[in-house]
Amino acid sequence: MMKHALGGALVVVLLVAAAYAAFFVAPTDVKQGLIYRILFLHVPSAWTGLVAFFVCFIANLLYVWRRAPRWDWLGISAAEVGLAFTTVVLVTGPIWAHPVWGIWWTWDARLTSTFVLWLLYVSYLVLRTLVEEPDRRALFSALFGIFAFIDVPLVFGSIRWWRTQHPQPVIMGEPGSGLDPTMRKVLFFSWLAMLGLMTLLLKARYRVEAMRGELETIRREAEVL
Amino acid sequence: MKNLDSVFAAYAAGWAIFFAYYLTVARRTAALREDIEHLKDLLKRSK
Repeated sequence: MMKHALGGALVVVLLVAAAYAAFFVAPTDVKQGLIYRILFLHVPSAWTGLVAFFVCFIANLLYVWRRAPRWDWLGISAAEVGLAFTTVVLVTGPIWAHPVWGIWWTWDARLTSTFVLWLLYVSYLVLRTLVEEPDRRALFSALFGIFAFIDVPLVFGSIRWWRTQHPQPVIMGEPGSGLDPTMRKVLFFSWLAMLGLMTLLLKARYRVEAMRGELETIRREAEVL
Repeated sequence: MKNLDSVFAAYAAGWAIFFAYYLTVARRTAALREDIEHLKDLLKRSK
């Protein structure tokens, strides 16, 4: 319990420090001015969402291979947490886009593939409510989760392979692209804070699934009696 | 200070989503804990 509280406190400190760095340490962008500071929430949330979906993908593969409930629990937990981060991306993106592009939304490759990714993982969650038998539900959702992950490389590559309204990559982009060194440090620090938040949420969500498992076991025991 | 309202809106919306999600997880945990305790109690009494 103490360890859990300490972990939570550490994540809160990291998040506050990251917000401080985003507003008071990173220099103001010459072209965009103040609005670019949304970058320090938008981009780390996007990267963290993709990491969560990768965790879901690995858990789905392991479930298909091992059929152990804990991989199903991790899969659903990571899918839900990834969805929370991707929702933040889809909400903060248009708020940033409107003053800069003059539009809230456009169906370019990056925005569309991210929206499709969000829809796929919403479908993953919906699918789980449609199958009652636990083993079948776990297997179907694991297979669907593996299929849904196909969109993750598309999201990553969309701004590298196609011309988009969305800016080209500032990290791992073409030569000449990139961020000011201080902005870069703040961006990676914000990502670290987001990864901490992801871990915290993932652990909390996994506990829900583990408790559901425990409840099922007790119910079965009660039925026997 | 141009676009300060948009920056504020983005951060407020982002943190509200994370907080709301954490609340739903915490509520589910509390409800399940209650169910488990209740069932354990029933089992104890029936034994």
